[in-house]
Amino acid sequence: MSRVVPIRLAALALVGLALLLVPIAGLLIRVPWSGLGGDLADSGDALRVSAVVSVLATTVAVGLGVPLAWLLARGRFRGRGLLRAAVLLPIVLPPVVSGVALLASLGRTGPVGRFLEVFLGFTLPFTTAGAVVAAAFVALPFVALVAEAGFRSVDRDLEDVAATLGAGPWRRFRRIALPQAVPALAAAVVLGWARALGEFGATVTFAGNLTGRTQTLPLAIFFELERDPEAAFSLSLLLVAISLLVLTAARRTWAR
Amino acid sequence: MTEAAQRLADAYGTHAIELSVAGSQVLVAQVREGAPLDIILTADATTAATLTGLGVVQGEPQAFARNRLAIAVAEGNPLGIAGLGDLAGPGVTLVLAAPHVPAGRYTAELLDAAGITLSASSLEPSVRAVLTKVQLGEADAGIVYRTDLARPGITGIEIPHEINPITEYFAAALTTARDPVAASAFVAYLATPAAQNILAELGFSS
Repeated sequence: MSRVVPIRLAALALVGLALLLVPIAGLLIRVPWSGLGGDLADSGDALRVSAVVSVLATTVAVGLGVPLAWLLARGRFRGRGLLRAAVLLPIVLPPVVSGVALLASLGRTGPVGRFLEVFLGFTLPFTTAGAVVAAAFVALPFVALVAEAGFRSVDRDLEDVAATLGAGPWRRFRRIALPQAVPALAAAVVLGWARALGEFGATVTFAGNLTGRTQTLPLAIFFELERDPEAAFSLSLLLVAISLLVLTAARRTWAR
Repeated sequence: MTEAAQRLADAYGTHAIELSVAGSQVLVAQVREGAPLDIILTADATTAATLTGLGVVQGEPQAFARNRLAIAVAEGNPLGIAGLGDLAGPGVTLVLAAPHVPAGRYTAELLDAAGITLSASSLEPSVRAVLTKVQLGEADAGIVYRTDLARPGITGIEIPHEINPITEYFAAALTTARDPVAASAFVAYLATPAAQNILAELGFSS
């Protein structure tokens, strides 16, 4: 075997791998395999809320994140670096801060929230729509980040040729850039969805916790941990399995 | 109780006391997993009994303060809420503490005694979260401890004593305390007139 990695780096890499895998292994050890079916059956509400919220949030995040990614990849304007930083901010914000920010703006007393209540007659906190907004808020940067990388790798020459043949900017985006960026966009969708599915802090802060309405799987795990730890381990396993499945699927699109 | 604990710790003086503040059930989990704590204050007998059951406390947890529940509404009570019955209305956004935290257990007792069923918009992870949602104006009303009502932006509505459960706080020195004698001494201090006066000032009865 040819040694391409220095032994010291390899050793540290192994420690890093252990740091990542030991907790997952610990989780597998604690999962009550015999009660697994019952625990999962009892969490049907959380599963349903999570499915609805994560899919809708991903739709919003992709619908808004892809245009943002295009703007960041192709726009030529001052302050693009600042814009990118603003778009990526939720990735590094503690989720509870995201929740507080959402309350301050979209809550009943926030400027946008008050407008929604007075003119449209609905409020976001404590509703499924609020949970969708919280999940979309944290998922959008991931979508924008990955999609932007995808757009950057698109062959500009093809777009230039299309331009000389008379294709307008919208046509060049739709017919040239978008098809080439499909693998990256698929990865963006998957990552955004995984992030939306795992969202906890912003959701519990902004949307609250109510079974069947705003209690997603991560919230159910948090509350079960204090009531019935075994059930929390079962639900955690479910989320790990879903995440692994998603990452495996996404890897295929990346590997292309 | 956070403010009370801070005041008591400051007044105690013999030792500098650091506070780790969380919901009772989170504290139990921390103690169970071996957090380096000396003394624990819990908000109900159930949590105290859990600790005794785990064998992590020295002797029996001591009751040192009492409280009651109350309804918290926005300052000035804009919806004109007069009692528990008004919380069931469709126009009232109500938040309660989740049933596994002490405040949630007391709330369930209260609603049982009152013979009322309420549908909450959210079951919050702690009584502080309930209070915050009312303070921020996201919720119209919440059920909290009477001593929580001193916060700005909050108006309290009393609940009649006949149905209002007496809530009890317990203190215990942990077996893992670095200095078990000092830890026990602080627990004993909580029963002294000096400590009880501080608690009474903040609205806790003994």
